[in-house]
Amino acid sequence: MRLQARGLTKAYGSITVLDEVSVEVEAGEVRALLGENGAGKSTLIKALSGAVTPDRGVVYLEGTPLPVSDPLAVRRRGVSVVYQEFTLVPHLTVTENIFLGREVGRPLLNTSDMRRQAQGVLDDLGIAVPAGAMVRDLSVAHQQMVEIARALVTEASVLVLDEPSATLSNVEVDTLFRVIRRLRDRGLAIIYVSHRLDEIFAIADSVTVLRDGRHVITAPVSAFTRDSLIRHMVGRDLTEEFPARDVRPGDVALRVRALAAEPRCSAVTLDVHAGEIVGLAGLVGAGRTSAALAMVGALRATGIVEVDGVRRQFRSPSDAIAHGLAYVTEDRKGQGLFAALSVDENITMTHLRSFARAGWLSRAAARRVAAEAVRDFDIRTATLSQPAGTLSGGNQQKTLVARYLVRPPRVLILDEPTRGVDVGARAEIYRTMNRLTTLGLGILMISSDLPEVIGMADRIVVMRGGRTVGEVGRADATPERVMALAAAG
Amino acid sequence: MRLRAHLSRHAIFIALAVECVVVGLTTDTFFTAANLSNVLRQNAFIAMLAAGMTFVILTGGIDLSVGSIVGLSGVVCADLLSRHVAMAPAVAAGVTVGLAVGIANGVAVTRLRIPAFVVTLASMLMVRGAAFKYTDARTITGLPDAFAALSGGAAAAIAMVLVFLLSWVVLVRTAFGRHVHAVGGNRQAAWLSGVRVERVELLVYAVCGLAAGLAGVMVASRLSAGYPRAGEYYELDAIAAVVVGGTSLFGGRGSIWGTLAGAFFIGILNNALNLFHVSTYDQLIVKGAVLVVATSLDRWREG
Repeated sequence: MRLQARGLTKAYGSITVLDEVSVEVEAGEVRALLGENGAGKSTLIKALSGAVTPDRGVVYLEGTPLPVSDPLAVRRRGVSVVYQEFTLVPHLTVTENIFLGREVGRPLLNTSDMRRQAQGVLDDLGIAVPAGAMVRDLSVAHQQMVEIARALVTEASVLVLDEPSATLSNVEVDTLFRVIRRLRDRGLAIIYVSHRLDEIFAIADSVTVLRDGRHVITAPVSAFTRDSLIRHMVGRDLTEEFPARDVRPGDVALRVRALAAEPRCSAVTLDVHAGEIVGLAGLVGAGRTSAALAMVGALRATGIVEVDGVRRQFRSPSDAIAHGLAYVTEDRKGQGLFAALSVDENITMTHLRSFARAGWLSRAAARRVAAEAVRDFDIRTATLSQPAGTLSGGNQQKTLVARYLVRPPRVLILDEPTRGVDVGARAEIYRTMNRLTTLGLGILMISSDLPEVIGMADRIVVMRGGRTVGEVGRADATPERVMALAAAG
Repeated sequence: MRLRAHLSRHAIFIALAVECVVVGLTTDTFFTAANLSNVLRQNAFIAMLAAGMTFVILTGGIDLSVGSIVGLSGVVCADLLSRHVAMAPAVAAGVTVGLAVGIANGVAVTRLRIPAFVVTLASMLMVRGAAFKYTDARTITGLPDAFAALSGGAAAAIAMVLVFLLSWVVLVRTAFGRHVHAVGGNRQAAWLSGVRVERVELLVYAVCGLAAGLAGVMVASRLSAGYPRAGEYYELDAIAAVVVGGTSLFGGRGSIWGTLAGAFFIGILNNALNLFHVSTYDQLIVKGAVLVVATSLDRWREG
């Protein structure tokens, strides 16, 4: 047995996030770790890696207990974690990052030796990254590869990947899988955390499902179907992943022609009709988010943007919101929510002025509107005063969307609306989107999740290299067609 | 993009060179041995403080107490000398005072988790108060000539160069230096990578205090007196030198040679304004403006 966790238990205050969880992983095995947000996956891998001290329970590596609450010591023993939030230092080079915390040479560093070793590992993994490059100059995908390379430079025997595909496009995921398989064949034990079920079937040998901090089931991947996995995760059947909807598109609500914000996007042309959901697909780095930012005036741009037939040159997001075009960020924690502020303060932030008379804020009016939004969007919060940062991912997302709907815009741009949101909450977000379209809103949904784009969008606009390169209708939307457009040379 | 990155990385050195040329061409006195050695001597102490400050700012911290440390370590050293303690132990005591305050700062920042700005603001006040109390607000004079010789001639400049060479080796060629950059660049990442973040933070304040203690002794030697007000506002000059030298106040990015250039950029600016007979008040205004321009260059570099 390579890695064995026995009876891991961890509670924060009265909330038990891990409850007597035991897991065993063999050498040469890829174990998928599945569960909704809040199921305890993150806490489990942090407990495995020494970043969290469990209240009870022990982790064994090859039969000997690992030290607790000492990530460095655990990693020296061969257990490496690639976290969801990258743990790279942007202003250091690839080599410097790979050797961070385990530099070679005391007191003076042996830089050439480190560089040679780093390049060796990168080449070995088939990753085309120069070891001397600054990390901040790398693509997200390459940064991820650097994270993995870093785990390997110390002869890891257990590699934990926390949602490694969350920010990757499909092609990049293929590269990731190639690397993972290569490592598995070398005898590493790999724990792979993901929300994307398709990936589980593509890469995992076996699956462990957690729910509410408890171990639910561990079995070979062949013992599961997509539906049975979902059932184990949520503990109930989901009626449909993508709820059906009547599409009655109205007039063009958003018209974009030859929009450019060099160098990030250069030729973006698309329409969104009232009551329509348009998917904006493409690989990571295709310029989708930049295009959206350019539309709402967050990036300096040239080209034509029309809302309801009126040409606009938005100077700022607030200008765009005032004229019916709102953008909901993909970076919920970093650029979306005010984590320390309450749910109602978050919801009313954008349209705060509508609750003020002569500059005097009517807290009561604001709370009334927020309470309505919480009901409409089914935001699960103890009270309106609960800090938004303490909500689950799905409820944070709903809170964020609700903010822009205090005064409904004509068109809502949703950037990766279900990233880091668990299966149950996803369906609710989809239903919310459908409800909004029945009110006549147009939605432009940026998503890297192909099944989601195909399941939700009435039309799919594909971007590649900063340009819109084609459109696929709902009837003939297949992953292959979208990918062909997104990845063509 | 590449050109811009290059230009901005070396902006302070270009600015310093341009400054020297312009001041040299517009005055007869700038490029004289007397004036240049004067500039060196006047700015060696601020530069030393700035070297230590670079460590702290690279981690994203700040140390406001260095000016007060200059005062206290100077009076402690001078007091011991006036009591006929031998020079080596007296100097060592002065330097140790700086180191001790630095360690205290570091402990407060890492263990009590008080923001560095508050911790060092407090120690700035307390250490200055201690310097006054220690001397009853009097100036200690009558120090041996050998002590004055410590900073005489090229000694101050040599000490400064040694401090910078040592800082450079530590920052660029040791694991500790790497960790200083990492903590400032991404604290969480550094921690998860197994960097002992708190130890690194404690050490940078110790280094900064040590540099300030050294500068304090040198200043006392230069004054040939233990003056409790010595080093007032030096912390601001040191921070300005670091920032003008291109080190980000958010941490993670910067260089020790940039700091040296920054210190002398400001020093030569002062010198030039003196040579041009600009009033002290106008000098302050010009210095402030330079700080703003330098920091906006920093924003520009970030793109």
